[in-house]
Amino acid sequence: MAGKSFFIDTTRCTACRGCQIACKQWNMNPATKTKQSGSHQNPEDLSFSTFKLVRFSELEVNGKPVWYFFTDQCRHCLEPPCMYTAQSLGVKVITRDEATGAVLYDPKVKVKAADAKTIRESCPWNIPRWDQKTTGMAKCTMCIDRVRGGLLPACVKTCPTGAMNFGDRDKILEMAQKRLNELKAKFPKAQLLNAESVRTIFLVIDDPKNYWEHAAENDVGITPIAVIKKLIRPLANFSHFVG
Amino acid sequence: MAALAESFGRGAMTNHYIDFRNSDVILNMGSNVAENHPVSFKWIQAAKDKGSVFIHVDPRYTRTSTKADIFVRLRSGTDIAFLGGMIKYILDNNLYDEFYVKNYTNASFIVNPKYNFDDGLFSGYDPNKRSYDQSTWALEKDENGIPKRDVTLQNERCALQLLKKHYSRYTLEKVTAITGTPQEDLEKVYKVYGSTGKPDKAGTELYAMGWTQHTVGVQNIRAMSIIQTLLGNMGIAGGGINALRGESNVQGSTDQGLLFHIIPGYLPTPREQWQTLEDYNKTTPSSKDPRSVNWWKNRPKYVASLLKSFYGDKATKENNFGYAWLPKLDKVQDASWLNLFDEMYNGAFTGFFAWGMNPACSGANAGKVRQALAKLDWMVNVNVFDNETGSFWKGPGMDPKKIKTEVFQLPCAAFLEKEGSISNSGRWMQWRWKASNPPGDAMPDGEIMYDLFNKVKALYKKEKGVFPDPIMNMKWDYKTNGKFDIHTVAKEINGYFLEDIPEHPFDKKAYKKGTLVPSFVFLLDDGRTSCGNWIYSASYTEAGNMAARRKKTDPTGLGLYPEWSWAWPVNRRIIYNRASVDLDGNPRNPKMALLKWDAENKKWVGDIPDGTAPPMGTQGVYPFIMKPDGVASIFGPGLKDGPFPEHYEPLECPIEKNIMSNQRINPVIKIFKGGPDTFATCDPRYPFVCTTYRVTEHWQTGVLTRWLPWLLEAEPQMFCEMSKELAEVIGIKNGDKVMVETSRGKLGAVAIVTSRFKPFVIAGQTIHQIGLPYHFGWLHPKDGGDSANLLTPTVGDPNTMIPESKAFMANVKKA
Repeated sequence: MAGKSFFIDTTRCTACRGCQIACKQWNMNPATKTKQSGSHQNPEDLSFSTFKLVRFSELEVNGKPVWYFFTDQCRHCLEPPCMYTAQSLGVKVITRDEATGAVLYDPKVKVKAADAKTIRESCPWNIPRWDQKTTGMAKCTMCIDRVRGGLLPACVKTCPTGAMNFGDRDKILEMAQKRLNELKAKFPKAQLLNAESVRTIFLVIDDPKNYWEHAAENDVGITPIAVIKKLIRPLANFSHFVG
Repeated sequence: MAALAESFGRGAMTNHYIDFRNSDVILNMGSNVAENHPVSFKWIQAAKDKGSVFIHVDPRYTRTSTKADIFVRLRSGTDIAFLGGMIKYILDNNLYDEFYVKNYTNASFIVNPKYNFDDGLFSGYDPNKRSYDQSTWALEKDENGIPKRDVTLQNERCALQLLKKHYSRYTLEKVTAITGTPQEDLEKVYKVYGSTGKPDKAGTELYAMGWTQHTVGVQNIRAMSIIQTLLGNMGIAGGGINALRGESNVQGSTDQGLLFHIIPGYLPTPREQWQTLEDYNKTTPSSKDPRSVNWWKNRPKYVASLLKSFYGDKATKENNFGYAWLPKLDKVQDASWLNLFDEMYNGAFTGFFAWGMNPACSGANAGKVRQALAKLDWMVNVNVFDNETGSFWKGPGMDPKKIKTEVFQLPCAAFLEKEGSISNSGRWMQWRWKASNPPGDAMPDGEIMYDLFNKVKALYKKEKGVFPDPIMNMKWDYKTNGKFDIHTVAKEINGYFLEDIPEHPFDKKAYKKGTLVPSFVFLLDDGRTSCGNWIYSASYTEAGNMAARRKKTDPTGLGLYPEWSWAWPVNRRIIYNRASVDLDGNPRNPKMALLKWDAENKKWVGDIPDGTAPPMGTQGVYPFIMKPDGVASIFGPGLKDGPFPEHYEPLECPIEKNIMSNQRINPVIKIFKGGPDTFATCDPRYPFVCTTYRVTEHWQTGVLTRWLPWLLEAEPQMFCEMSKELAEVIGIKNGDKVMVETSRGKLGAVAIVTSRFKPFVIAGQTIHQIGLPYHFGWLHPKDGGDSANLLTPTVGDPNTMIPESKAFMANVKKA
C-alpha cells in the first residue's frame, strides 16, 4: 500500500496560518474562545475542533532571535499506534483508509475518558483529542472527502509558499529527499522527521525539540504505552506485508 | 506614489508580484511582506530557490525576517539615514551602472547655481511659511530650452556631483548613530544590494506603509528611487520599486481619482486659478527636447474625453466640454484626510459619507476623528459590517444623548457578491464574477451610487439648487434592460468614438460612432471621443473585456503572462522597460530579455514597449516618457521638501538633536495645533519609540476580519510587543496587561515580551521601541481592545499628508 503522504517543508513556512484556517473552514470546525497570552500561537493547542495548528517557537541564539513555525497535524502513521491501541481497548473509533493510508477517526463514536487518554498517550506526537461534551475523538482527516474527489487537502491547497505538499507517497518521499539534499550544505542539522514511518513528513533544519516538544517521535521509555506499542509492532509489521 | 511619479513619471508599482522571482537581490524595507502580502511570498520563495538573496530591514524581527538571508534592524523613522549611507557606499565604491546613469537619468543635468544645501535646509526656505521657493532648484536650460548636460559627469553643478556632495555626509559612523544599526550590518546590506549595479544583475525593493507613514515618507521612497536609478534597476525584469498595496483595489482607487488632488487617470484636479479649460490646458507639461516624448503633452485629449464621458452631449466645444461644471479646489488647498478631519472637527461639514472605510479606527489621532464625527448633522456609513465609525455615538466616552449626528447605515455587497474589476498592486485589472447574491438589503456599491445619484438629480429637478448644472448635465446611463450594469461602466472607462471618424489622425483608418476606442492613442481633444480614464483605455474594446482574460501563455518566459487579465497602460507589464535595452535596442541582460528591437522588421519584441519609437541610438527617444525630460530623476526638484532626501527626525522623537543637522524635523510639515493635537518630543513621560502595524490574520481596522471567528481565534486581542530588556526595566512579564499611552490617548493591551524586539543604541543612549497592531476596535469583540490610532499623531508627509503612524513616542506600564 503506497498511499498518500504530506511533505511539510518548515523552511518555506511563513506562519501565515492559511492552513490552520482552511482546515477549520473545510471541516466546518468552530472557533474556540481564545485570549492573547503573550504569544502569536492561538489557539494554544490542538483540540476536538482544531486539527491543524501552527506552533510558534521563539528562541534566542547568540543574542539573536530564532523563530520556528511548526504546522502540527496528525502524522497518519504507516502503523498507527493509536489504531492498535484502540483495537486493544475494543474501541471502534479508528480505521485506516486502504487507498490513501489515512488514519480516520469517527467523531460520532463515544469514547470513555480513560480510553481516550490511553489512545492519546499512545500517539508519539500527542495528536488525537477527546471532547468532554460529545465524548467523541477527532483529529486531521487528511481531508479524505476532498482527496477521494481528486482534490488536495484544504491546508495544502491554501498554502502560498510551497510549505505544504501532498501526493503519492513515492513522489512525496522523493520531493522531501531532494529538498533535504538542497538544504544540507547550509543547514547541517537539516533532517526529515520519521519519514519511514509516517505519512506527514516534516523537514526541519534544527533539533526538532526547538520547534515543538512532540515534533519528532518521542522515545517515551518504558511506560504502559510503550509496552503496548512494543506489543503491537510485530503485528503491525505483519499487517504491512499482508496489506 | 508621489516619489515614484517625481522620479520616474508614474505613481505605481513598476513591476508585478510574479516578477519578484526574476530578482537576484530582494530588499524588503518599509514593509513586512510575508505577513501582510502573504501570497506574494510565493515569488520571493521562487527567487530564493534559484539562489537569490532576500534582505529584510525592519525595526522588529517578524515572520518575514525568519525567511531572510540577511536581517538588519533600524530604529523607526531613520530610513533616509540608512539609505543615504547606501547611496554614499555605491558612489564611493563605483558600484553604479555608468551607462545607465549617463544615458537614462538626469545625473548629467546642470542645476541652477542658486541651488544650495546648508545645515538641513535647501535654498529658498521661508521659515514663516514653512515652505520652499523651489525655483532655485530648477535645472538649467540652453538657448533652445533643452536641459544643459555634462556627459562627463564632472561639472560640480551636475546632479551626480551634487548627489555625491549631499551624501558625503552620510558616513557609516553617523548612520549607525542615527539608526542604531551596527556598522557591520550596514556594510553587509550595502555590499549585497550594491552588487546589483551590473547589467546582468537585478535588485528589487518592496515597500508599503513602513515607508509612507512618516513625515519624510515621500523622501524615503525617493532615496530608494535614487539607489535603483544609480544601479540601473528600473525598467528591468527583477528590478523596480514595488509599492505593495495593502488593499486589493487600492491601486485602482487612486487610478480612478479617489485622492483629492487628482481626477481619473492622474489628471490634476482643477483649481480656482484655472477657471477655463484653456487655463487648465496651459499647465500641460512641455518639453523642447525633440528626443523627449513627454507623453503628458497629450493631456488635453484625455481631459476633453473625460469631460465628454461625464457630460455626454451636454459637453460641447462651445462650452469647453462643461469644464466650468467641474468642482475647483482653492488655489493651494490641500483637501487630504488629515485636513478634512481637522475641518470636520472644527465644524466645517454638515454631512459625511464613510464608504468602505472605518475612520474612527483607521484615522491618525482617532480620538479626534471620533469627536469630529459628533460635529456632523448626518453621516452615511456604507460597509459590509457595522463598525466603530457607524456606531461612534455609542462608543467609549460618548454620551448618545448629546450627539446630534444622524447615522444611516447602508449594508453593501462583499466582493464575492458582485461583478466588476479590481486593479491589483501590479496594475493588473482583473475581472471578477459574482459567486452569490448579497444577503438581505445589501447592494453592490455601484448600484448604491447609481440610485443615489438619481435621487439627488430628482431632488435638484424638483427643488432646484444653487448650482444645478453639474448635476443636471451629468450623463448617467449605466443601465441595461432597466438594471444597473457594471459592464457599461467598464466600457465608459475605456472610451468610445462619439462620431464617425472617416480618417483618424493616428492611423488614417475609419472608425464608427458608438464603437469602443482601441486605446488612448485614439483619444482626441475635439469632443469626438469619450474616455472615463485614459490609462484604462484599451481595457474593454471591440475585441472584448480584456480584464476577463485568463490565458496562461508566457512568451518571454519572464512570467509576464500578457493574456492574463490586463495591465495599465496598454497591457505593459513592466513600466519604463525601454531602460532595459542598450542604445541599439539590445537587452542589456540577455538572460532576462524583457524587450528587444527587431531592426529588420522595425519593431519591438517582448513586453509592450514604453513608447513605440525606435531605440535611442538610432533616431529614438529617451526611455522615461512620462517625465518632461525623458529621464529618471536623480535630482528631483518637484517635491515640497527638497530635491534630495535628507534625514530628519520624526515629529515625536527620542533625541534632542538631529545628528545630521540643526533641523530636527522636516522643515515643511504642517503642524496642527490645539485641542486634541498634542505632541511630545524628548518628554520623559513618553520615553519609548512606538510603531503600528498589521498581522496576517487581520485586515486594516479589522472591520471584515474581526467578525470572522477563525481569524479572531488566531489573533483575539490587542497586544503590545516589547523587548525582554525593556520588560525587565519596567517590570512587565509576558502576558501581563499593560496600558500604552501617548499625549493623545491611552490603550489597553496584552504584553508580548519577545527577543524579536531589541533596544537600540542611538547616539550613545539606549532607546527602547515598542509596537502595536491597529486591527482592533471597541465594537467587536468586547474584550479585543481598541484602536492603536487613538495614540498616533495628526501629522503627515508634506507632499501626501500620509500620517506618521510608524514612529511616535509613547509610554507603557503595567495596567
